[in-house]
Amino acid sequence: MSANIVKKFLSGNEAISVGAYNAGCSVGTGYPGTPSTEILENFCKYDDVYSEWSVNEKVALEVGLGASLAGARTLVTMKHVGVNVAADPLFTAAYTGIKGGLVIVSADDPNLHSSQNEQDNRNYAKAAKIPALEPSDSQEAYDFTKLAFEISEKFDTPVFLRTTTRIAHSKGTAEYVDSREVLKHREFERNPKKYVMVPAFARERHFVVEDRIKLLAEYAETLDINKVEISNSKIGFITSGISYNYVKESYPDASFLKLGMIYPLPKKKISDFINKMDKVYIVEELDPFFETEIRSYGFTNVEGKRLFPITGEFSPDLIKSAITGEKVENYNIGVKVPPRLPALCPGCPHRTIFGMLRKYSPIITGDIGCYTLGVMPPFDSLDTCVDMGASITVAHGIDIVDNKRKIVSVIGDSTFAHSGITGLINAAYNKRNILVIVLDNGTTAMTGMQPNPFTGETIKREETFSLDYGKLAEAVGIDSDNFATVDAYKPVEVEAALSKLTKTKKLSLLVIKGPCVILKGKKKK
Amino acid sequence: MDRIFNILIVGVGGQGIILASDIASKAAALAGFDSKKSEIHGMSQRGGSVFSHVRYGSKVYSPVIPLRQTDILVSLEEMETVRWADFCSKDTIIILAKNRVAMPESKDYPENIEEALKKTFKNIITVDPKEIVQKIGKPKFFNVALLGAVSNYTKIDEPSWKKAIEEEVPAGAFDENWNAFSIGKSAIK
Repeated sequence: MSANIVKKFLSGNEAISVGAYNAGCSVGTGYPGTPSTEILENFCKYDDVYSEWSVNEKVALEVGLGASLAGARTLVTMKHVGVNVAADPLFTAAYTGIKGGLVIVSADDPNLHSSQNEQDNRNYAKAAKIPALEPSDSQEAYDFTKLAFEISEKFDTPVFLRTTTRIAHSKGTAEYVDSREVLKHREFERNPKKYVMVPAFARERHFVVEDRIKLLAEYAETLDINKVEISNSKIGFITSGISYNYVKESYPDASFLKLGMIYPLPKKKISDFINKMDKVYIVEELDPFFETEIRSYGFTNVEGKRLFPITGEFSPDLIKSAITGEKVENYNIGVKVPPRLPALCPGCPHRTIFGMLRKYSPIITGDIGCYTLGVMPPFDSLDTCVDMGASITVAHGIDIVDNKRKIVSVIGDSTFAHSGITGLINAAYNKRNILVIVLDNGTTAMTGMQPNPFTGETIKREETFSLDYGKLAEAVGIDSDNFATVDAYKPVEVEAALSKLTKTKKLSLLVIKGPCVILKGKKKK
Repeated sequence: MDRIFNILIVGVGGQGIILASDIASKAAALAGFDSKKSEIHGMSQRGGSVFSHVRYGSKVYSPVIPLRQTDILVSLEEMETVRWADFCSKDTIIILAKNRVAMPESKDYPENIEEALKKTFKNIITVDPKEIVQKIGKPKFFNVALLGAVSNYTKIDEPSWKKAIEEEVPAGAFDENWNAFSIGKSAIK
């Protein structure tokens, strides 16, 4: 029997999308975030699935959980810091369990290529007590996505699929049977003791969660994606994900225990492996997640973070030189090359405002997006940037203490919808008088031009309701005197609005509209 | 295990580096090799350095090229060549496009780059972008012309290059891209 085997050259993100589709997944939700974005951008192209850019990651996971409880296999995608936003439903979804397989992709970003921190989300799997898988290339991204749906339904649990930037954005060949699993029809069925997490019911569910993670640990012992490759007994490596490929490149003849399921860990398998080896190196980017657990087993012939850094990305060279102490010498070319720092695009309409802001405000709080680059020269126009929405709330906090000066917060349209609006409501409710500036470029630009609640388009580029800034301001409690919308291409108007609104003693909202130049260029084509 | 062949393509945003590496890595895959490529998208690329690693062979593990193991460095920007020099050995073939992209916030573009590089690397092929662009018609196909030059040194067969270009460039742009590839292949050696 010759099944329809195809061989495709895919990025990790593309492979996850195909894997989900072929697993019969019919709902995909998420919020754009590098390096996770392309998963849903690919998934939404299928006609027979529902997909959405949700307003934020918490919303995405809750929508995803609902879809799962109604019986659909569901994929929820986000970047590592997005899981912080979604942490609230995540921990309790572990209690309710699922109905249709629920797979949550956490795309971590070692080396902070496009992020505000370098957190290791394997810790979330442990904290929320849900299983986690980590692929090491596009083939495994496909295979593990399918397996994650199976595990989810087999153990009645959400499953984490953890990737890193080098998996998400690297391409490689994936070979698979290209057919979509047909699932039998399921629908929502009442089950309050499982789905209504009041203390009396949740207390009972906690026992289920603890029993389940024990069963999963036993399952991990038998799972073939926790793969043992013995070639000698001198040096062994315990590793996972991209690190496996780096080590394999540098030490092709060593023995390996490659962990495909990164939580819970197979204690017996790990112990047997270490017992066979003279010395074992635990190679993992970021936190000593495996190492802490493995050291608790009492082994003394293991090495980990004493040699390998806890920050940044690894490479074949880094691993080799951490072990041998030998380094490849840099050439002395004799030419000094200055770094090319990221910058706001030439022609970006929002450069104008950054040229003006300092004149009007001594304290400017920033947010997450292209405009965070307003911190770079020649603008030097940001004083804080923490997380999505924090421009408004941090400004609020500063204003409580330093209320003689007008604090200005700068936020983009998608970020404002993500979690800026709650901060704005809070500022109005608590009578603060900051100025909130929304730089509306008509898209979610930094992650590659995704629509959002202000753009009037869905993920499939279908027309939809577009959130109205003026009505929102009014509803929040900002009067019309303290609200303005101006065109970024009219600097005189921008300056007049800025001048006026930095003088008012009330909460004010200024929307500066100027479409992203990259998006404009794309639309022309 | 046979050797892995490593192509490193570098430059700055907007020069078509990602497309060039998409074509090269796919061509290698179509030619039957195990092929991998790696690059970074996102904030650091707004106006920053752009690079892409392409590796192929019978079995490729790391998508990232180890230091000193690059076989061909394709540089679309002079100064960027120096930034990636440590990935090259003294024998690496360096295809160096004499393009300079100034940095908005720094006026000091380093001088005498080619001369300095020649002291360390013996296989530098310099390319005058103006001359090539004149032959291929449009500057936007310059990246693909350089791939034509790369193809002189790889074991990837021509039909695989052709098919990869077909699959990766927008519909309707194949002829111009294939023409640029062919011109690059014969003009840059």
